[in-house]
Amino acid sequence: MIPLYYYLIISCILFAVGAIGVMIRKNVIIILISIELMMNAANLALVAFSRHFDMMDGQIIAFLAMTVAAAETAVGLAIIVCIFRDREKLHIDDINILKW
Amino acid sequence: MILLPLVGSIINLIFGSKFPKGLIHTISCGAAGLSFIHAIFAFFKLTSFPDHERVITVNLYSWILSGDFSVNISFLYDPLSAVMSLVVTGVGFLIYIYSIGYMHHDPYYHRYFSFLNLFSFSMLTLVLADNFLLLYVGWELVGLCSYFLIGYWFHKESAAQAGKKAFITNRIGDFGFALGIVFIFLNFGTLNYLDVFKNAPDILVLGGSTAIWITLLLFVGATGKSAQIPLHVWLPDAMEGPTPVSALIHAATMVTAGVYMVARCSHLFILAPQSMLVVAGIGVATAIFAASIGLVQNDIKRVLAYSTVSQLGYMFLGVGVGAFAAGIFHLVTHSFFKALLFLCAGSVMHSLSDELDMQKMGGLRKKLPITFITFTVGGAALCGIPLFSGFFSKDEILWKAFSSPYGNSWLWAIGVIAAGLTAFYTSRLIFNIFFGESRVDPKVEKHIHESPRVMTIPLILLAILAFIGGYIGIPHALGGHNFIEEFLSPSFPGEEEMEAVAHHSSSLEIGFMFISIIIIAIGIALAYIFYIKRRDIPKKLANQMKPVYLTLKNKYYIDELYDYCIIKPVQNLAQSLYATFDMKVIDGVVNGVANFFYDLGGITRKLQTGRCSTYFFAMLVGAVFILGMLSYYLYLK
Repeated sequence: MIPLYYYLIISCILFAVGAIGVMIRKNVIIILISIELMMNAANLALVAFSRHFDMMDGQIIAFLAMTVAAAETAVGLAIIVCIFRDREKLHIDDINILKW
Repeated sequence: MILLPLVGSIINLIFGSKFPKGLIHTISCGAAGLSFIHAIFAFFKLTSFPDHERVITVNLYSWILSGDFSVNISFLYDPLSAVMSLVVTGVGFLIYIYSIGYMHHDPYYHRYFSFLNLFSFSMLTLVLADNFLLLYVGWELVGLCSYFLIGYWFHKESAAQAGKKAFITNRIGDFGFALGIVFIFLNFGTLNYLDVFKNAPDILVLGGSTAIWITLLLFVGATGKSAQIPLHVWLPDAMEGPTPVSALIHAATMVTAGVYMVARCSHLFILAPQSMLVVAGIGVATAIFAASIGLVQNDIKRVLAYSTVSQLGYMFLGVGVGAFAAGIFHLVTHSFFKALLFLCAGSVMHSLSDELDMQKMGGLRKKLPITFITFTVGGAALCGIPLFSGFFSKDEILWKAFSSPYGNSWLWAIGVIAAGLTAFYTSRLIFNIFFGESRVDPKVEKHIHESPRVMTIPLILLAILAFIGGYIGIPHALGGHNFIEEFLSPSFPGEEEMEAVAHHSSSLEIGFMFISIIIIAIGIALAYIFYIKRRDIPKKLANQMKPVYLTLKNKYYIDELYDYCIIKPVQNLAQSLYATFDMKVIDGVVNGVANFFYDLGGITRKLQTGRCSTYFFAMLVGAVFILGMLSYYLYLK
């Protein structure tokens, strides 16, 4: 079998890449993708643990997490569309005032 | 007695600007007059007591109560206080009346009278105090009032400076005085007069260093207040104030506070004969020093100012040789004739539209008759012409300077020479003002008029006092009865406490009197020759002895000396301290605190950039940190 920690290392790397992506990238859509990446990393870790301990709980939580991710992505994309309609670019640093 | 002037002062100060002139001076003079009447009543009450129980104490308020040490606001009324309070209130009252006329056209009338009342209050506190601390309070307050009144016309630069000079010089003396009081407290444990004086022979060793220190420090205070060398420099400049102020403060009362204090502490001083020698020495040195300066001054008020310094020297000579009653006697007569002389000078100035220079006066005898007569009476008393009051008091001092066990013939000799100088400059003053052809500016000459009655009546009253005042102290040698000495004797150490009083013969005393009379006559005659007969002599002498003349005229350059040695270094020190310490350190600290918070704000501002990536990063760091801690603890378990 593949040892557990291989999956955990992959999960960590994916999570780190996603976090760095959120911090560095300036396009809002890319930031959303990075957030998805982080979520997937978390799901991977969950499933890996579930397989290791022979308990179904991890996989069920992964299901829930994916659902939540999907819903959240939908809402996020809707916000992005609104922002894009207002100003013709999606630079994250421009969105720093609480008004329009 | 004391509170009435205080009340008058406060009322006039707060409300006075709205009162009409009549009300202001009624309140003020009324307060002074009632004080005087009260003083007279108190005096008679005191005399109704038998001789050795003439002490009244009135305790008003417990001021400090600290363990064994207590100081109360309480007053002591004994013969010495009685005499002083009568002088202060009586002469003061006459000066108040005079001021009504003199200050008639002053725009801040109420301020003037308010300060006068405050001064009366302070002086009475000083004189009637029962312990050293209250004495010090009164002492400082009279210094303060002197500052106010000298710099009364504060928009005049020289007056403001003079006020400052007076106060600061006074304070230097007060420093010594305060140290003396501290020493008294350290040695006696109490500041109450009666306790201190009763225990003085037991606690202080005769001629011991403690006694010398205490008395010398007290005398330093007296030097400042009563304008002796080296702290005399403020008194001539104090002539910037209104003339009634000069009369009241600098002739009759405030400057005599020093003499009063030494007389009051007579029980302490007789335990330190060396200090008494210092007192007498400085007194007589000041007497001749100031008299010599007065010889060549042209400003009539300055001549009188130096005369005051000189006469105060005589008073200190008196108390310095143990003749406390004689010193106080001279204080009383001096207050009469010196106040009279100042008020007359004011009258002359008033009629000549404030002209001060005697070289611009002359021949006023016919135009100002009352002023002339009263001025002459005052001048005669000052010279010590027989039958006038000054003769008796001054001769008493000179005799005691020779005959007392604390005195010696040098003191007498210098005193007599100073008396001759006194006669000279007084006659010079009178001859220059009132005799000869008129050197008055023609514009001013048209307005010459005798002063109004409100000013001349006090002059006449004071002249009468200056004449008869001497009869309270005719010495035994002339077959008289020395009332004032007997009256004051309970206040001063008796013959048992002082060392044995040497008994010289009465004929020697009369002989000395004749010597004084001769010297005075020489002085007057010389002045007559110089200023009436042959007026060219003064100028020729001045040209021949130019260095001497200039030194005298410039007051021995003492002001310049002080300026160079003391004032300039202090100012430079202050300037350098300002530039380095004040600007760099103190401002540095204050600005530094402000800058610190400014920078701190600059740093904390970066927490809110509005950039999401920064926030995310912060969240990440926080999350990693918490997870790390959690896993670490679980690992430890």
